[in-house]
Amino acid sequence: MTQAHPWMANSVPEVKQQMLSALGVNSIDALFAQIPEDHLYKGEMTLPKQLASEVALARHLDDMMARNSGTAENLSFLGAGAWPHYVPAICDEVVGRYEWQTSVFGSPTSDHGRNQAWFEFTSQIGALVDMDFVGLPVYSWGCAIGHAVRMASRMTGRRRVLVADVMDPERLSVLRNYCAPREMARHIEIVTVRTGADGRLDRADLKAKLDDSIAALYVETPSYHGVIEADPGGLCALARAAGAEAIVGVDPLSLGLLEAPGAYGATIAVGPTQPLGVHMYAGGGVGGFIASPDEERYAREYNTLNVSISETSGEDEFGFGLTLFHQSSYGMRDEGKDWTGNSVYLWALANATYMAAMGPEGFAEIGRLIMARAQAAARRIDALPGLSVDLSRPCFKEFVVTFDSAQVSAVNTALRARGIFGGKDITGEPGVPDEAMLLCVTETHSEDDIDRLVAALKEITA
Amino acid sequence: MTAPIAKRSKAQFEGYRAARWPEPVVTQMGCPGRRGVVFEEAPTPELPKGAARKTAPALPEITEHDALRHYLHLSQMTLGMMGVSLFGTCTMKYNPRIGERAALKHLADLHPLQHPDTLQGVLELYDNFSDFLCEVSGMDQFVFQAGGGADAAYTHACVTRAYHASRGELEQRDQIITTIQTHPCSPATANTAGFEVITLSLEENGYPSVEQLKSVVGPRTAALMVNNPDDMGIYNPDIKEWVDIVHAAGGLCFYDHANFNGVMTRLRARELGFDACMYMLHKTFGAPKGGGGPAVGAYGCAEHLVPFLPGPLVVKEGARYRLDDDRPESIGRVREFWGNAPQVLKAYAWARAMGAEGLREAADLSVLANNYMDHRLAQVRGVSRSNPGIDAPRMEMTRHSVEQVAAETGCSIFEISMRMTDFGIDALWLSHEPLLVPEPFTPEAGELWSKEDIDYWIDVLEHVIEEAYATPDVVKGAPHNAPIRQLTTALDEPDQWATTWRAYERKHGQRMAAE
Repeated sequence: MTQAHPWMANSVPEVKQQMLSALGVNSIDALFAQIPEDHLYKGEMTLPKQLASEVALARHLDDMMARNSGTAENLSFLGAGAWPHYVPAICDEVVGRYEWQTSVFGSPTSDHGRNQAWFEFTSQIGALVDMDFVGLPVYSWGCAIGHAVRMASRMTGRRRVLVADVMDPERLSVLRNYCAPREMARHIEIVTVRTGADGRLDRADLKAKLDDSIAALYVETPSYHGVIEADPGGLCALARAAGAEAIVGVDPLSLGLLEAPGAYGATIAVGPTQPLGVHMYAGGGVGGFIASPDEERYAREYNTLNVSISETSGEDEFGFGLTLFHQSSYGMRDEGKDWTGNSVYLWALANATYMAAMGPEGFAEIGRLIMARAQAAARRIDALPGLSVDLSRPCFKEFVVTFDSAQVSAVNTALRARGIFGGKDITGEPGVPDEAMLLCVTETHSEDDIDRLVAALKEITA
Repeated sequence: MTAPIAKRSKAQFEGYRAARWPEPVVTQMGCPGRRGVVFEEAPTPELPKGAARKTAPALPEITEHDALRHYLHLSQMTLGMMGVSLFGTCTMKYNPRIGERAALKHLADLHPLQHPDTLQGVLELYDNFSDFLCEVSGMDQFVFQAGGGADAAYTHACVTRAYHASRGELEQRDQIITTIQTHPCSPATANTAGFEVITLSLEENGYPSVEQLKSVVGPRTAALMVNNPDDMGIYNPDIKEWVDIVHAAGGLCFYDHANFNGVMTRLRARELGFDACMYMLHKTFGAPKGGGGPAVGAYGCAEHLVPFLPGPLVVKEGARYRLDDDRPESIGRVREFWGNAPQVLKAYAWARAMGAEGLREAADLSVLANNYMDHRLAQVRGVSRSNPGIDAPRMEMTRHSVEQVAAETGCSIFEISMRMTDFGIDALWLSHEPLLVPEPFTPEAGELWSKEDIDYWIDVLEHVIEEAYATPDVVKGAPHNAPIRQLTTALDEPDQWATTWRAYERKHGQRMAAE
């Protein structure tokens, strides 16, 4: 190397020499003496040319990324696990702080601010779901479901879980990986409960399947198809009566309007964190939370890292440290609760900022706006010939549009040519007998946007 | 302190002052009616009875400025890498801001379910970076779905299940072998995936013997999951033989290459015989830690495991890229969608800025810096090195011990670490459980930190150990210069812990009432 690299302080030859001299060795190669000769790679690495100059690197990244065309350049109605919500500028400012980006583990005193912000994440999630115990976030909503189901299985000693037959295939696929396959002794069986014509779980089917082999019922409201469950408390009561855990999946942005799971008898609440101030990032913004009552029975089954408020030896101040660390995989390796590791803790800081800025009224307001926009879009699309939306279903943010004759894939291609991304093509998925798309409408969509979508759909399907 | 600061000396140790803002918990802030974000008014919708919320969530009511200022104050009370962090096993390196800017600019508004025609840039990124890592590892395909290194280990456990199931052997092969010095995520994820875990113990040379491995390998062996070198800086020279033994028994071999920094360009996992390996992009490849993610465990494997990889896979056809999700033997998803794209972009940017020569230089510098540290630490009173009988130079990190200091002064490594934070040093990484070395600490200098930073770090340790002998109460009472004082609550007691403000209010109220 002729130039010292900007990211390597000791790439200056004189500095290297100072360290070698201190060691009394002539070459760095001598320091690799532990590695047997026949382990070493002898070839040349065929890698693209080094771009140590930031201007050259920036140009390369810009050129490559110019081949994307995203939801800022197009009008998008895609949701289904990653949702277009507005991210307040302060959230980006907060997560961009280099102190937070570079903190790794630290200590409760020297990284006090980060630990407090974590606690404010869990506290505000607790306020939204009306539950007292919240862990630090996990990789995604699907992963939160997986861990919650495994918690329930350990708590009940049972090995079957009930889920709706209409479930987001992404989340279901993740859940499957959390439930060992049937060849294995610790297999957890996923049993589906029928979804009725109203988009809700079929009570009779649920009752028939809820026996003493069931570890948990997992139910979402709003559902994958956006349907608000009218009586989630009733479902939870059925589960609890069978000795099962009642796990409820919720969209936190719905909780200004919709009842909190803790208030109607859910025993574990899970959900996504991306809607709370994190960009979609091509799916890289996803995260998940797990909450429950603050009872030892639950608390001692968390796989997550957990941060607790604490007194300190100082006057009038709080600190924040880890609790129940020993039960994690860091504490007990294979005897620990599932596993933990790096997760999405930086996003938890965006989430904390978002929830704090929103406040109770912000959540109520955004909930009303999302429902108003989504329902307006649903009504207008339903009025188009050849398209229908079941308006009897109370929906939040997402709803199913079915097509009498048009093919959704063709409709989406035609929409894309007009700068519009239609909803996710759900044709062929369980509970979807016809050509259908799952359309997502949020606070980011204006009335003009809906006009544009409706006009385009009308033109394409005419 | 990434830039060299001249004339650091013990006399200047007192110069550092941690920021200290008296920030209340955010739920205590504000006044009713104050707003941080507002939206257009819309009518209250008709909701099914029983579905509507009855009591508003107990969230703060503050202005936008209040929220920003509060969280910036908290960020200022976070040391992170603002001082010197030689946090071992985590390879603290520079997190280039170019990656951050590019991620916000180019990725923030992309939806993972967009038509691939509109995702050509990000798909090219994934393909390019998979190629890059394949060259570095000798593997045939990388995927970035796993949300961290541990999730990549879990991915491997799932791939192992699918591989043996495809051969009708899953029922029989129910054991995964690891070593006590392998990161806890390997045994933990193997167990979660339903396997029985066999953990090999260390022997005289610092690693388990071939004989010990042979004694547990057999028809029930599903896989071996190991790291190498380990966190003590010891390289297992028998690793090729290990792989052969496990393969001969029909098992798969997974290389947790979290400790890759010291061997970049010198070792390729595939040439050592491994079927699969994992790199942590937030560690070896310069993406930020973020206090614990978002992260990526880049999981790579040889051709025979590619059919089982989680999907969708990025496939190049001519000049176009598409997402292939029609893969019948795939394990599906370990996490929704196809990965933490911003982290992939940041890591790719880091890797491109390094190139082959930069990777070699970084590996060289991290091993050189570690040996330089070993050399200086050997002269610090009461500090000893793990595996004292092994003279060979260690790899990119070494485990040390202050057992003697603790015995002679009563000051533990934990207290010494806390005292070091008073001087702007990030708390030390001690060791994963179980602590095989008493009073351990494990520094790792990597290629970022200047010799001056490293010298400062050692000077501080030396100073604190002198304090331990002279004025042990100063060390035991640390920190004295942090945003807050030592925590005093017994956080593992059920009536004391509170992971939410509402739980704290309830329990604190109960305690007050009881008193």
